[in-house]
Amino acid sequence: MGSTITEKILAKAAGKETVKAGQLVDAEIDVIMCHDVTTPPAISMLEDKKIDTVFDTEKIVVTPDHFQPAKDIQSAALHKRLDKWARKHNIRYYYKIGQAGVCHALLPEQGHIRPGEVIVGGDSHTCTYGAFGAFSTGIGSTDLAAAIATGKLWFKVPESMKFVLNGSLGKGVYSKDVILEAIRLIGTDGALYKAMEFTGPALADMSMEARMTITNMAIEAGGKNGIMGFDDITKEYLDGRLKGKTDYEVFESDADAEYCRTIEIDCSKLEPMVAMPHLPSNGVPISKCAGKDMDQAYIGSCTNGRIEDLRIAADILKGKKVAIRTLIVPATPTIWKMAKDEGLFDIFYDAGCVISAPTCGACLGGFMGVLAEGEKCVSTTNRNFVGRMGHPKSEVYLTSPATAAASAIEGKLADPRSYL
Amino acid sequence: MAKAHKYDRDHINTDEIIPARYLNTDDEQELAKHCMEDLDAEFVKKCQAGDIIVAGEDFGCGSSREHAVWAIRGANVSTVIAKSFARIFYRNAIDNGFYIIETPDVDKISDGDEIEVDFENGLIKNVTSGKDINFEPLPDFAREIINNGGLLEHIKKATTD
Ligand code: SF4
Repeated sequence: MGSTITEKILAKAAGKETVKAGQLVDAEIDVIMCHDVTTPPAISMLEDKKIDTVFDTEKIVVTPDHFQPAKDIQSAALHKRLDKWARKHNIRYYYKIGQAGVCHALLPEQGHIRPGEVIVGGDSHTCTYGAFGAFSTGIGSTDLAAAIATGKLWFKVPESMKFVLNGSLGKGVYSKDVILEAIRLIGTDGALYKAMEFTGPALADMSMEARMTITNMAIEAGGKNGIMGFDDITKEYLDGRLKGKTDYEVFESDADAEYCRTIEIDCSKLEPMVAMPHLPSNGVPISKCAGKDMDQAYIGSCTNGRIEDLRIAADILKGKKVAIRTLIVPATPTIWKMAKDEGLFDIFYDAGCVISAPTCGACLGGFMGVLAEGEKCVSTTNRNFVGRMGHPKSEVYLTSPATAAASAIEGKLADPRSYL
Repeated sequence: MAKAHKYDRDHINTDEIIPARYLNTDDEQELAKHCMEDLDAEFVKKCQAGDIIVAGEDFGCGSSREHAVWAIRGANVSTVIAKSFARIFYRNAIDNGFYIIETPDVDKISDGDEIEVDFENGLIKNVTSGKDINFEPLPDFAREIINNGGLLEHIKKATTD
């Protein structure tokens, strides 16, 4: 019996020939992602226990993002603790405000993600980096503290579920629609504790950005990690971008690897999807929900705040006016500049949108676009739980950037295909 | 003896346990004031020291915020009994030395029941109904971490032993 890509990466990280699903391993960590919400508590824990050391100053990447620029005095204090610690320990890759961006968009863009490595981050959407053929998973602050101090963590090797993405995406249908469909099929705990491995011809056609949208949402199905193989598109994205170590090892699943379940999705048959409140698994095709009134549109986040997403939205908004509050949040400073240089800001401005600095902001109901009681937001983010973007009685509808842009124009859930 | 606060629902997520708007602090007592706020605004008022939260599948799904465990612990909840837990919440609980119990038999507990838990032997005594529940105790390595007082103490011990 062969091994999955997840098993192979964990075996290498644990210094073993092979490992199998269910086995507990102690894995060496290659990259640790640190942001402003979960890292300050980890720092305090380490200081409390008098183990204030850092296993490797080159393997920790720090960026404030959730409440940056600081939204209030308390978040400013979090940033201050993070800043003091990062300076004290000479963290090599510390992205200060001006370079800081939404973590899961920033790390790949800045060349910190390599195939075959083990990456952890104090954030549940750390699973995003699996798009590069890495094992990547979210952890809490204590695990983060332990990883920062020792460079190691225990893992139970997950079973793998295979998602075969067949066919090709039709006009107006994007990778976001694919992952919303996958989560609809299996439910928000359908992949609990498991690796979600994606493959298939529709995936082969996707850009790295589109692929990251898929792995980003593995956690929304309960997955431990989302993962994809390596190909020319991966290589092209990485070439010339990697910081520090530029070599990497590529792994792929064996043909006879074991999967606990295989799910095939015919992408040719997919429509634009909307995940209705209050679960990411509540996906319905746009034809069944178009026309529902919205109060706000949000285009941004680690799921869909990359340049390709902004281009797709701009394409639809060009020459139009939005009917509701529309927030555009480029996920990183580089994306912000690209969007500006490409003239996308003019399109957004002319359409009546507001453009924000890179931040997580309203994605988690923090600031910069929080919802009032009873308000509805069509959003390109990844989570639509009760109270996620503001008042507990507000509602979040998850869509692709195209569907969010079309809905912004109409002020109600709208099919982007009529704008393309 | 402790009182069960039962939420007969699956997928109780971290945004309900501790809404993100309060994540600008990591002070456990401050977080505790808002524990379960968006699910049950009365929770903090009715929860007495040692009480127990009882829920369905996938408890703690969503974000990796350990603040969810701290808010619950800070509200003096002694354990959470659920049909299943989301992965990161499960890990965070163990890392914090906080016992949680996974059992398919939560239906044998009703809201307000008085219960007693024996973690070592995997037994929940429902004093109100008289129905006992046996559960699979946490795996050995997890109990070792909890008994050492959480992951960091555990690591410290392992490196100084
Ligand atoms: S953009 Fe939203 S989902 Fe992504 S890391 Fe920030 S808060 Fe989390």
